[in-house]
Amino acid sequence: MSEYEVESLSGGSAGRVEKRFVTLGDPEPLGLECGRSLGPFTLAYETWGDLSPARDNCVLICHALTGDSHAAGYYSEEDRKPGWWDIMIGPGKPIDTTKYFVVCSNVIGGCMGSTGPSSLNPATGAPWAMDFPVVTMGDMVKAQKLLLDHLGVSRLLAVVGGSVGGMQVLEWAVRYPGMVAAAIPLATTCEHSALAIAFNEVARQAIMADPAWNGGNYYGAALPEYGLAVARMVGHVTYLSDEAMRKKFGRSLQDRCGLSYRFEPEFQVESYLRHQGRKFVERFDANAFLYMTKAADYFSLQQAWGDGSLVNAFARAACRFLVVSFTSDWLYPTYQSKAMVQAMKKNGLDVSFCEITADLGHDAFLLPSARLNSLVGNFLAVTQARERGAPPVSWTAPGADAAREDAHAL
Amino acid sequence: MRFDLSVIAGWIEPGARVLDLGCGAGTLLDHLVRERAVRGTGVEHDEVRASAAIAKGLSVIHGDIFEEIADYPDGAFDYVILSQTLQQVYEPDRLIAEMLRVGRRGVVSFPNFAVWYNRLMFLLLGRAPVSRELPYEWYDTPNIRVIPIKDFRRFCRAKRFAIEREVTITTHHHEERGRVVALLPNLRASYGIYLLSRG
Repeated sequence: MSEYEVESLSGGSAGRVEKRFVTLGDPEPLGLECGRSLGPFTLAYETWGDLSPARDNCVLICHALTGDSHAAGYYSEEDRKPGWWDIMIGPGKPIDTTKYFVVCSNVIGGCMGSTGPSSLNPATGAPWAMDFPVVTMGDMVKAQKLLLDHLGVSRLLAVVGGSVGGMQVLEWAVRYPGMVAAAIPLATTCEHSALAIAFNEVARQAIMADPAWNGGNYYGAALPEYGLAVARMVGHVTYLSDEAMRKKFGRSLQDRCGLSYRFEPEFQVESYLRHQGRKFVERFDANAFLYMTKAADYFSLQQAWGDGSLVNAFARAACRFLVVSFTSDWLYPTYQSKAMVQAMKKNGLDVSFCEITADLGHDAFLLPSARLNSLVGNFLAVTQARERGAPPVSWTAPGADAAREDAHAL
Repeated sequence: MRFDLSVIAGWIEPGARVLDLGCGAGTLLDHLVRERAVRGTGVEHDEVRASAAIAKGLSVIHGDIFEEIADYPDGAFDYVILSQTLQQVYEPDRLIAEMLRVGRRGVVSFPNFAVWYNRLMFLLLGRAPVSRELPYEWYDTPNIRVIPIKDFRRFCRAKRFAIEREVTITTHHHEERGRVVALLPNLRASYGIYLLSRG
């Protein structure tokens, strides 16, 4: 997931939000897929809007590889940037905080407030580092379930997420079918392809080859900044597309008129990637990056739930699905979304699918799109009306006009 | 709603399972879901129309009808509808066979190419017919086939698709009103609408 500064197409700001922390897995620790257990552990989470008296309006947001619980709004007045999906979540936005109680938590194994490899191991008093158990998408979702239990939510109106967040959405739909009314997996896959694993492995090797990584024991010393920055650069390439990079950078040079015939950053794309790498190092833990990419690589819904058959895996699911892919996404290409749609259809599940034309690659799900807004907003509104047994209502973007819609189709 | 669509809607019993191939923005499907409480699914290859249909609350797959229909198990639907799309289909016999595999009944409708004003235009002006039902010039038409009612009947006989019902109509006033044409339909009707079964 990249970082963009974008304007919302509609709606207002979710306003001030506070990051909260809850201790879970105590006294009963969370059993993990790897055979180990974790507990007590902390989940960092944020909420927007109010839980209805019937407790039937909760929308769970699942963040992507390097995301966090800060999906919308601002922590303080001085905040320069809102949460990572502020264009989608807020009053009058597709995930409308005046209608829904929206929850987003940082996954376990992460580094944005939830327990992960940079947290202290209570047994030793030192950071876990590589002693932290390897966690899977299933483990992350089980931890989110404990958070919802804590919040008093027993049924989700919807689970929504893109990329690695979309994997958690799929895991939710299959692991807890009775708890989910609707699932919206965006720009995602039912299992990591060899291509996706390959890019993750290059990124991990970049970290582990950095002498400062030191077998993961770098806390309190020099950080493996170089390795983590290179890992981020690799990731960034996979989030863009040939077309996006051609349009954004081409072969333009950065701050110079001609080639230098030296090995320094010359092309704009090089300096952009270096900038992204540097920025990332300030906010992300290298070991957490290793654990997150591992969890993504291990993800295979068909292996975990269907003995290798995706059709069998979705036999457990019961919710409505809205699956969305983007034409220029080469990390999780459309055929992977179609494979999940096919398995859903074979199980007679209620599924809608749209491939949105977008030239910005995998990251398109994070960028303003009137089409995506309309799909998500209406799908949620219709789901809520059905759940409440009311006649269907439709969501319309305040101030959305046809011209803008058309502009986005191009 | 268009007259041809209301004819089709009249054939579908409440609560039926319906697949609408080439559902567009979902006008017919939306009507069937609201008025007849069908369990409806649509397939539409155009992104703008597919997303508009999904935004209405319909379950619609954005994709190619041949690819998408293949995923459904045998007998998954009571009705599979192909409304005003046959003239754009590359392998109509294979598609209708697929429709009758996944559905108990198939509904097929198309503009009658042999209607009298098409004949006149060709005969008198010597030009490719352009009409309200087929509003395209030769250079911009998405239609790859011309289908007279007579030829469709012959096609069904040859391919052993049983015609359970046939309604031939002409429409007027923005196609919202129309009437059934019983006499000389191949000459006088602008649309043919068929209920098919495996025979």
